[in-house]
Amino acid sequence: MRACSWTLKEAGDIAELILDVPGRRQNVLSREVLGELDQLLATLETRSLRGLVIRSGKPEGFSVGADIHEFRHIPDAARAAELTRAGQMVLTRLSRLPYPSVAAIHGPCLGGGLELALACSYRIACDDDRTTLGLPEVRLGIHPGFGGTVRLPAVIGAVAALSLMLSGRSLAPRRAHALGLVDDCVPEREIVTAARTYLHKVPARARPPWWAAALAVPWLRPYVGAAWSWRLKTQVDCGHYPAPCRILSLWSRQAGLEAEALSCAELLVSPASRHLVHLFEVSEELKRQARAEPHDVRRIHVIGAGVMGAEIAAWAALKGFSVSLQDREPAILAAALRRAHALFARRLPPRAAVFAADRLFLDGKGAGLTRADLVIEAIPEDRDAKRALLAAIEGRLPAHAIMATNTSSIPLDELAAVLTRPERLVGLHFFNPVAKMPLIEVIAGPATAPPVLAAARSLAVALDRLPIVVRSAPGFLVNRVLLPYLLEAMSLAEEGVALAEIDRAATDFGMPMGPITLADIIGLDTCLAVAQNLGAALDLPVPSLLARQVAAGWLGKKSGRGFYTYPRRRAWTFRRPPPDPAVAERLIMRLVNEAARCLRLQLVADADLVDIGLVYGTGFAPFRGGPLAYAEALGKTEVRARLEELTGRHGARFSPDAAWSEVGVFPHLALTK
Amino acid sequence: MSARVFVVDGARTPFLKARNGPGPFSAVDLAVIAGRALLARQPFDAPDFDELILGCVIPAADEANIARVVGLRLGTGFGVPAHTVQRNCGSGLQAVASAYDRISAGRAQLVLAGGTEAMSRAPVQWALPMTRWLADVSRAKGGLQRLRALAGLRPRYLKPVFSLLLGLSDPVAGLSMGQTAEILAHRFAITRAAQDDYALQSHRRAAAAQADGVLADEIETAYEPRGAFYGHDDGVRPDARPDRLAQLRPVFDRGYGTVTSGNSSQISDGAALLILASEAAVRRWRLPVLAEIVDHAWAGVDPAQMGLGPVHATARLLAAHGLRTSDLAHVELNEAFAAQVLACQAAFASADYARDELDLPAALGPIDDACLNPAGGAVAIGHPVGATGARLVLHLARSGRLRAGAFGLATLCIGGGQGGALLVRGGGL
Repeated sequence: MRACSWTLKEAGDIAELILDVPGRRQNVLSREVLGELDQLLATLETRSLRGLVIRSGKPEGFSVGADIHEFRHIPDAARAAELTRAGQMVLTRLSRLPYPSVAAIHGPCLGGGLELALACSYRIACDDDRTTLGLPEVRLGIHPGFGGTVRLPAVIGAVAALSLMLSGRSLAPRRAHALGLVDDCVPEREIVTAARTYLHKVPARARPPWWAAALAVPWLRPYVGAAWSWRLKTQVDCGHYPAPCRILSLWSRQAGLEAEALSCAELLVSPASRHLVHLFEVSEELKRQARAEPHDVRRIHVIGAGVMGAEIAAWAALKGFSVSLQDREPAILAAALRRAHALFARRLPPRAAVFAADRLFLDGKGAGLTRADLVIEAIPEDRDAKRALLAAIEGRLPAHAIMATNTSSIPLDELAAVLTRPERLVGLHFFNPVAKMPLIEVIAGPATAPPVLAAARSLAVALDRLPIVVRSAPGFLVNRVLLPYLLEAMSLAEEGVALAEIDRAATDFGMPMGPITLADIIGLDTCLAVAQNLGAALDLPVPSLLARQVAAGWLGKKSGRGFYTYPRRRAWTFRRPPPDPAVAERLIMRLVNEAARCLRLQLVADADLVDIGLVYGTGFAPFRGGPLAYAEALGKTEVRARLEELTGRHGARFSPDAAWSEVGVFPHLALTK
Repeated sequence: MSARVFVVDGARTPFLKARNGPGPFSAVDLAVIAGRALLARQPFDAPDFDELILGCVIPAADEANIARVVGLRLGTGFGVPAHTVQRNCGSGLQAVASAYDRISAGRAQLVLAGGTEAMSRAPVQWALPMTRWLADVSRAKGGLQRLRALAGLRPRYLKPVFSLLLGLSDPVAGLSMGQTAEILAHRFAITRAAQDDYALQSHRRAAAAQADGVLADEIETAYEPRGAFYGHDDGVRPDARPDRLAQLRPVFDRGYGTVTSGNSSQISDGAALLILASEAAVRRWRLPVLAEIVDHAWAGVDPAQMGLGPVHATARLLAAHGLRTSDLAHVELNEAFAAQVLACQAAFASADYARDELDLPAALGPIDDACLNPAGGAVAIGHPVGATGARLVLHLARSGRLRAGAFGLATLCIGGGQGGALLVRGGGL
């Protein structure tokens, strides 16, 4: 077989293997790429050389690891184990070369890419902002399978290695150097020289510090592992996400490569991993599609420096846009700037933070309007105020400018009605807090022009946010699907179910927080306003408990008391009985039912978008793949039967949507190979 | 033939009085605040400037060629050259004059010019003996030699050098700026009461201008990362009272002097920027014209009487254009000290002074009080030395007092014994 991903170059007694996988933006270690490497190594290991340099021929980066597209075609655990073992053998072969090897790393070096680098004798990283190193496998419900769980602790010590693998975090090159993950960190122009210098000097290999090595003595490992896993279990539910616990267990048992391969293989074919991989692929595909369309937005003008406006403006400045933030009140602008500076300080090195702050102009006079490529209206949720504002600014904008509204509930056609050019109005519904929530609902009004919609999607990706296009309808997608779930939680509370039990039913299901806690954080007055507004449009009964709470002034966390009292005291109870399964059933079934209705009404194009929206917009249990993936796992008939039963017991709010009577699976995004 | 030069826009930060200790903004921050607001409303982008010229007297150690730092932070990109000018109190006016020269010579079309100063952040330094000691220590080799070098430290080496105080003193005449004002007060028999009256008028005029919103067009609110913000010049005291001013003790001539902190300009932080454009640039970008810069002139005087510099510079400038002081509709004569403004007025009015010092047959004539600093001056607003000159021109251009064809003058005295004056004319292309 002719090598087409790898190029072998020899200069004197040093060989260089350059990876450049054709047809891909980033290098992936597919079965084929690893097979080629194996063949090349078979020749190279018979040669007498001074050393081998491995690097990437792509300017984008070193390698992002295994080819995730291959995962879906793995039929069972046995086949998965075979593939993992094959990868391990190639890397073992690399690590056993009769001469030293260096990985010269620039750009992302993740997952299998880092495992490849770890199989080399030395690693040199490029000292720039683009270079990151990490083992993010846990985010896909698996763990490193090409020897990473064995080699990483041996290089940087158990504490650093485990926390890196368990969190799935990536390291900046300097941090990686400090930990010993890379032997040196140099400017890009020196990377080849540095790699060759290592081959000439052959210094001692990186080793963990003595105290880390002391923790790793075999008889101590089970205790360290047990202590760590106790801590881990306070953060993740190992029933839902087994991968982190497997990593700890492998390390505690000093399990070795074969155990790693078997464990990884099992995870690869588990439903949780399949769902996480699918969500990842769908989100990558969405970004790819959105990027394909251009946007020429450089200057963004945000009107309204309240919480949302301020966060949108700060985030856009952070992402490199030139932003003007308009508000009448200097005090509000000043508060917005304080929060923006806190964001920049958290996310950026000091000098970059100064430049980000310089890109954020606090515009008391609205000067930015006349030069804006995009205007985002983020004033309080008042239909008439928004209409008045949009009408007032339309004439002052450049002809090419896009107008966007951050409304979370007002239908776009009502706002567009006041415009002379309604086709350039689009909804950009950010979620709160903007810096943490990775989703934007791009709302298409009936008049919104397709190029405007495409530009809005593309811009969302440039803001490092996932865009889902939603047809303008009351509550759009995420809030609309979430509301019945919140209301059902309140109905349960009204019936006398303990608040903590309701929350626990949801978190046990896999929600990041319970609905009662969530309502308190959103603010009960906001919930009530949305519920009345949206409830009327969607014909949803609103439990009177909510109105009573608001009337009593118990507005949630912000007022010190909502359903709970704040600051919350931690309840120390041992071994609480598991919540009644009927509680979770009622909460989730209403959510799932509404999700199916949204799909049937074609608010979004397919089931994947509903799932992505709910997972990224609300944290809906990602390992379940989203509400519709969950429903499909149960089966449509089963869901309908359950809903009918609930209707009989609790009333018409559970009556199954027509979507459940349709045959076949929900339409999914066609993922191209 | 020289090209015409127009002021098309300008903005400044509020001037913030230094209140014991470093202020909230560095000199670069101040210029960026003014510049960003200014750029936000232009039809062109920062890289469209041909040049950037800033005045700054005492930049911080990390603000070498401060104009370049400001340019890069404003987003001019690498391609727009920038330089910093230093002519003490005249730096801001020098920057505008230099920009005028560049455009009128046809070497530039669009220039960002002005000045910035964070006087409250003027560096505190070590004197030469300390520098020598540090060098000795770092040069020493071996334990014994190093120990000996370390032992060379003397307590007096630790005495700090306040660059601000040195900056406000004349090294040749050996006088502080306040003392030169005392000399003028004595020479022209200007009483303490007259100085205090003038100071009071400056505060009242500035306060009235604030209340009328005359300054709102030229000032951009400065926001601090901590969440504080500054919307107006905070040294202005609408509640200034004659009896309180009279209570202040003289600071420069502590025994028998007349110059107090109340009738002197304030030590402040601030920046003022102008956009200057050629006729071609005005047409290309369809820029609104605020005023035309006609010419500028500079003069040297005795450093001990530096406050009279404006008289000499103005005399030259008016002579070159065949104008008289009565032709000026609006004059901004910087108020370094109340005594110094009054001394200039006296010199303008004096036939003797004209004959002896200016070699003129008759007095230039005093400037009409109503036209002189109508919105107050540095006594009330503050005097961030590098920025003031640009503020004067900005105020001339933006205050709307200059009808088409009417002349306005910005002039100031310059520590070290100089004066600068710049002539503008109201109206469009």
